[in-house]
Amino acid sequence: MATFKMHLLVCGGTGCRASESENLFHNLRTGIIQKGLENDVQVLTTGCFGFCEKGPIVKVLPDNTFYTMVKPEDAGEIIEEHIIKGRKVQRLLYVNPLTSEKVEDSKHMGFYRKQLRIALRNCGFIDPENIDEYIARDGYAALGTCLTEMTPEQVIELMKKSGLRGRGGGGFPTGLKWEITRASKADQKYVVCNADEGDPGAFMDRSILEGDPHSVIEAMAICGYCIEATKGLVYIRAEYPLAIERLKIAIKQAREYGLLGKDILGTGFDFDIELRYGAGAFVCGEETALIHSMEGFRGEPTVKPPFPSVSGYNGKPTNVNNVETFANVPVIINRGAEWFASIGTEKSKGTKVFALAGKINNVGLIEVPMGITLREVIYEIGGGIKEGKKFKAVQTGGPSGGCLTEKHLDTPIDYDNLIAAGSMMGSGGMIVMDEDDCMVSIAKFYLDFTVEESCGKCAPCRIGNKRLNEILEKICKGEGSMEDIALLRNLSNVVKDTSLCGLGQTSPNPVLSTLDNFYDEYLAHVNERKCPSGQCKALLQYWIEPENCVGCTACARNCPVNAIAGERKGVHIIDQATCIKCGACMEKCKFNAVFIK
Amino acid sequence: MASINIKLNDQKIAQLQAICKEFNNDKGELINVLHKAQHLFGYLPAEVQEVIAKELNTSVAHVYGVVSFYSFFTMTPKGEYPISICMGTACYVRGAEKVLDEFKRILKVKVGETTGDGKFSLSCLRCVGACGLAPVVMVGEKVYGRVAPDGVKDILDEYLKQ
Repeated sequence: MATFKMHLLVCGGTGCRASESENLFHNLRTGIIQKGLENDVQVLTTGCFGFCEKGPIVKVLPDNTFYTMVKPEDAGEIIEEHIIKGRKVQRLLYVNPLTSEKVEDSKHMGFYRKQLRIALRNCGFIDPENIDEYIARDGYAALGTCLTEMTPEQVIELMKKSGLRGRGGGGFPTGLKWEITRASKADQKYVVCNADEGDPGAFMDRSILEGDPHSVIEAMAICGYCIEATKGLVYIRAEYPLAIERLKIAIKQAREYGLLGKDILGTGFDFDIELRYGAGAFVCGEETALIHSMEGFRGEPTVKPPFPSVSGYNGKPTNVNNVETFANVPVIINRGAEWFASIGTEKSKGTKVFALAGKINNVGLIEVPMGITLREVIYEIGGGIKEGKKFKAVQTGGPSGGCLTEKHLDTPIDYDNLIAAGSMMGSGGMIVMDEDDCMVSIAKFYLDFTVEESCGKCAPCRIGNKRLNEILEKICKGEGSMEDIALLRNLSNVVKDTSLCGLGQTSPNPVLSTLDNFYDEYLAHVNERKCPSGQCKALLQYWIEPENCVGCTACARNCPVNAIAGERKGVHIIDQATCIKCGACMEKCKFNAVFIK
Repeated sequence: MASINIKLNDQKIAQLQAICKEFNNDKGELINVLHKAQHLFGYLPAEVQEVIAKELNTSVAHVYGVVSFYSFFTMTPKGEYPISICMGTACYVRGAEKVLDEFKRILKVKVGETTGDGKFSLSCLRCVGACGLAPVVMVGEKVYGRVAPDGVKDILDEYLKQ
C-alpha cells in the first residue's frame, strides 16, 4: 500500500451511490489503467465522508484535495489535469459559501475543522471491503491486547474508567453493562449489536457499518471476551442492503484471518458472529423488543427486570450495545481510558456522531466532542441555514426527542443537558428547521410516526398517542380550542408516565417541547385560525394581488387543477373552491403577485 | 386488507419448503424465512403463510401476527415499478409531502395501493439515508434526489415509455 504515490478515494456511501459514484469509480479506475498509472495511483471506494450535501465526493491524497459533486464524466479531467499535470480541477473544488473562496485543502473546510472523528475514524479513509486496510490502521490490535495482556476484569475496568455511555439513546454506562452481564452465570451468553436504526432522518450506524464494519466486529469480540460469550448477533435493518453486504464480507475476512471462529489468535477464545434481519419496526430498537424479534416473534417489549443482561436471547444473559458504542471500543483500548475521558463534559465522555439534516447548508454525517454547542454545530459545521433564512428550531433525538430553539443554541451538548432542555441525545438525528416550518405540524409529523410504530401492547401508547394525534390534527385544521391545548399537555404526561417501554415514555416529547417553546404558534392556530408559517393547508388560501399581476399566465398554465382564470395581460383570479393549495402558482410567479392569506 | 386468492402450484410449494428447510424448520428463524419467501413471491399471500406455518410447526396466527407486525412484509403484490417516497424527517421538512400528493394525484391511488394496470404501486418509507438529496423518491432500486412536485410527471413518463 505504501508504494502508491497518490490515492483517489471515492465515496461509496448510500447517498453518493445514489448519485452515480459507482460509475465514477469505474471511470477513474479504467482511466488510471489506460494511462498505465495503476502502480502509482490507487483508486478506492471508501465509506461515507460525511459531507453528503455535496456528493459524490472524491478526495485526493496526499494533497487533501476535496472534489465535490463529481460526475462520472469528470473522471478524465481529474486524471489528465490533477494526476498527470499536477493542476487541481478548479471547478470541482469545494467553495466556502461565506467567502466564495475555493478550498484547496480539506483540512481548512469549516465542516471538518470542529469535528473529532473517533467512531468515524476510518470512514472515508479505508476500503471497507479490505481487512488489510483496517489492520494497517491499528485494526484488531485492541482485540490482541485484550486477549493476550489483559483479564476480562481489567478490560471492563478500563471501559468503566473511560466513561463511555451507550450511544443508542439510553446513555447507560457501557462498562457497567458488561460487568453486570459478566456476573450472570450461564452456559451460553450472547453479544448483540443493535443495528436497527429506525429514526427517520438518522444514518449514523449505517455509515459506520458501510464505512468501517471491522471496528464493530472487533469490539463485539472484545465484549464477548469480557462477558464470556462465544456468540455474537448483529440485528440489522433489512433496508440497509449495502451495510449488510459489507458486514458479510468483513465477517468472512475476519474468519479467514483467524480473528473470528475457534481459538482466536491462539488464545483458546472462541467467538463468532451471525446476522439477524429486522423487518421495519421502530420499537425493535428497544432491547427486549429486539430480542423477541430475533427469536422470531412480534417485536413487543416486555417489563424489565429481568434485564437482558440476566435473561435475554433464548433466556440467556445477553449484552446489547449499539453500533456506534461498539465502534468506540477498540480506540479506547488502544489509546487508554484517560485519553477518552479527557474528551467531553463531566458526565458525557468522548464524542457523538450526528446525522445533520433538514434546512441546513451542509447536510451530512458529523462527529463532535461532547460539550460542543448547538450553535457551533449548526453555524460552523453545518454552514448555517439554507437560503439565508432564519433559524427556528433544531430537533434532536428523533421521534423521542424534542425541539430546541434559539435560546438553547449555546447549551453544551451532552446527555444531561439535552434532557434538562426538554429533548434528548437519542441515537443522533439532528434536524434543523427554519422560519417556514410549522411547529404544530412537526409535532403531528412525529406523532404520525409513533402512532404507526406503536406495537399496540400497552394502552397508554396505543390509544393515548392516537388521541394526541387526533387533537393535533384538529388544531392543524383550525378546529381546535383552548381546552384541546390543555388536554394535549395533560394526556402527554399521562402517556409518558404510564407507558411500558421507551417508545411510549418519550413519544409525547415533540408535543411537550413544542408546547413549551412555541406556545404562540399553537395559540395562533386555535384563536386566530391561522398558521403563522403558512404550512397548514386547511388554514391558508392563495390569492393574487391585482396590482402586481401582469397577466403572464404562468400561474394558470402551471396550476394542476385549472383553478386559475384570467386573460393574457389581464389580472388572474384563483377559484378558492377548486384550489388544492399546492403552491405551484406562488412558486412560478415572477412578480410576487401570489400571496397567502 | 383484501386478501388475494391464489393457488400455489407444487413447484412453488416445494421452493417454500426448501426455504424452511434451509433454516432447519426452526420457528425461531421465522423472520428470515419470511424475508426469503417475500423475495421469491414479491409478497406474502395467506397461502404462503399457511405453508410456512405448517413447515415450521407453528400456528398460522403466529405467522400472520409477525407478517402484519413488520412494515417490511406485505400481503398485497407491488406494482411493476414500486414507487417509494421517503418520509424521513429530513425529506419531510424539505417538502416530501407535496411530492407525495403529486404522485397520488397523477396515479389516482392512495399510499399502499397499486394502479389498475399493475404498473405502479405507491408507498412511503422511512429514511433511505440519502438525506443530502432530500426529498428522495425511489422507483425500484433507482434513487431520485431533490425531487420537486413538478418533476413527478417526468419521473413517471420515464417508466410509461418502457
